[in-house]
Amino acid sequence: MTEEIDKALARQYEAGFVSDVESETFPPGLDEDVIARISARKEEPEWMLEWRLKAYRTWKEMSEPEWAHVDFPKINYQDISYYSAPKSMADKPKSLDEVDPELLRTYEKLGIPLVEQQMLAGVAVDAVFDSVSVVTTFREKLEEAGVIFCPISEAVHKYPDLVKKYLGSVVPQKDNYFAALNCAVFTDGSFVYIPKGVRCPMELSTYFRINEQNTGQFERTLIVADEGSYVSYLEGCTAPQRDENQLHAAVVELVAMDDAEIKYSTVQNWYPGDEEGRGGIYNFVTKRGICHTNAKISWTQVETGSSVTWKYPSCVLKGDNSIGEFYSVALTRAKQQADTGTKMIHLGKNTRSTIISKGISAGRSNNSYRGLVRMNPGADGARNFTQCDSLLIGDQCGAHTFPYVESKNPSAIVEHEATTSKVSDDQLFLCQQRGLDPEKAVSMIVNGFCKEVFKELPMEFAVEAGKLLEISLEGSVG
Amino acid sequence: MSQAALLSVKGLEAKVEDKTILKGLDLEIKPGEVHAIMGPNGAGKSTLGYVLSGREGYEVVGGEATLAGTELLDIDIEERSRAGLFLAFQYPVEIPGVSNLEFLKSSVDAHREAQGLEPISSKEFLKEAREACKQVNLPAEFLKRGVNEGFSGGEKKRNEIMQMLLLKPKLCILDESDSGLDIDALQVVAEGVNSMRDGERSFVVVTHYQRLLDYIKPDFVHVLSDGKIVKSGDASLALELEAQGYSWLTEQRSADPIEMHKEVM
Repeated sequence: MTEEIDKALARQYEAGFVSDVESETFPPGLDEDVIARISARKEEPEWMLEWRLKAYRTWKEMSEPEWAHVDFPKINYQDISYYSAPKSMADKPKSLDEVDPELLRTYEKLGIPLVEQQMLAGVAVDAVFDSVSVVTTFREKLEEAGVIFCPISEAVHKYPDLVKKYLGSVVPQKDNYFAALNCAVFTDGSFVYIPKGVRCPMELSTYFRINEQNTGQFERTLIVADEGSYVSYLEGCTAPQRDENQLHAAVVELVAMDDAEIKYSTVQNWYPGDEEGRGGIYNFVTKRGICHTNAKISWTQVETGSSVTWKYPSCVLKGDNSIGEFYSVALTRAKQQADTGTKMIHLGKNTRSTIISKGISAGRSNNSYRGLVRMNPGADGARNFTQCDSLLIGDQCGAHTFPYVESKNPSAIVEHEATTSKVSDDQLFLCQQRGLDPEKAVSMIVNGFCKEVFKELPMEFAVEAGKLLEISLEGSVG
Repeated sequence: MSQAALLSVKGLEAKVEDKTILKGLDLEIKPGEVHAIMGPNGAGKSTLGYVLSGREGYEVVGGEATLAGTELLDIDIEERSRAGLFLAFQYPVEIPGVSNLEFLKSSVDAHREAQGLEPISSKEFLKEAREACKQVNLPAEFLKRGVNEGFSGGEKKRNEIMQMLLLKPKLCILDESDSGLDIDALQVVAEGVNSMRDGERSFVVVTHYQRLLDYIKPDFVHVLSDGKIVKSGDASLALELEAQGYSWLTEQRSADPIEMHKEVM
């Protein structure tokens, strides 16, 4: 079977096209002047520039983390361009009619129609192309409910008090190397505020697209769910197929006030590189949420893209009775490497967390789960349950599990279960003997393996995730 | 009058790794017939089913096999299935998280697609599947459970028969479907098979014991030994074997019975 897997491990990355959009792109390089120019392009207030420069100075003193189970050549941060925007965005479009049709076509090609009438009922979309937000749909309808959903660059102007209060409040500037870099150079992303007691009337989603060559994408997302509110948010990501590696270092911060609930889902399909590991996105992302009393944050991620992934969506369970959840499917193939997992920091009493991680490795890829569960002294009666399953396809890939458990409270309970299994020849033979193509069989077996996670995704995206997995597995068997 | 064979196997030779297991096997099965294949362990009984269905690792080195005119040995495993070949496994494997219903519908749809038909409607399929469940005495909730996930041995075997009922193959090969079954489960399996006998569909019942043949009456019984059919007869041959064992047939053929008795999977 292995030989056949190797032979047939070729698939098309469907989102690999390049859009012909005229862009204004900064020359490569990073210094305080570049940061000032980014800030000037965004017409930012002084305090924002100061915040960026402070982060930049912190970043310069830091060094790249090296503990992850991934291997890639050293990044030269002076070779990256830190700002790129479609030229037609210079005079910001007021409505969809004013958006460059080529941009709209790009999103249509990706299966994300931005024309509101054609959209999936009840999903508002923010589309970020390279460094800027192109369009945000359904804004009026959301405004009626008091929900703010806009590009973060706009929020800096319109809602400075909210941004000042919460930006960097969950992920501090000096949290880690990539987060510090993001603070210095972030260009756009989404800002969401749900007022007290409001249940957001529709799914919110942001699609990120890298188009330009040699640019990094540094988006910043901030979601604040005020007391007793609820929001479900989804992000999707794609990039063209290029031989060079591109850096993506995002920061996502979630704030769930008392009794609030945030459901954050990610379908990540950045370009994964070719069969030999050339090209692809370095996906170095910091995602963290803070839960106040009785609040709940649920991270669900389906990760199939990127050549190197370094990502640990986490929950700080500060308030009593708060709940953190992490559901993850990470699929690696060819020479992809993923080091992903979560951190659940239990501070409050009776806090609960659940971690379900499903790693699938094919080809010559390496897939690691890394998770921390910490029970602080105040976490009386706290509970965690972790389940970590790995599925191997073929015999040249690797699956690794690095669980860290730190319990400083004797009344806290931590449970950890882990399994490793293979898509067996027997399973494939059974499926084929019943008339199924081997590819359909593998995708069915893998989908079955991921079922517990997929059921956490919003319905339409669960279908999308299943399809994505199917495409990603194309050619995984002979 | 002579009727065209449904399955025709001529001079079939096959090996696993470097060991030749089938050494020139001939078998002809006409529509509607039930053939029992008996024989000592290691004779190649399971190998026959695997070779005909195309399992990896079983290399054909000679001979031919046609099913309803289709050259079996030239086509992929799934194409053989769609051509009407069904193998009920001795040890059905589990597929966690994939519901029986999803698995069965995908299989049925793959068969339909090969025949140029649209996928079956979910409603219609559910009705058929529930009916099949009832027939093999499995509660309908088994349709929602993962394929063979946590099933008992008997439930797995009944699940195989349920798949057979839904796929409606031309030729069913039952690979020791009686092994590990109590008498009640055995009857359920046999009833499932008997309900499908319609004068067109044919069966190959591979078994070590005569017991199953009390419930599924064969038209022919063959003794497979050292990779060949060494004796054929009617149902009475099975009784004879039950009474006398295999040694009277096999000793005259091989001077090395130990070699022959090695289990080959």
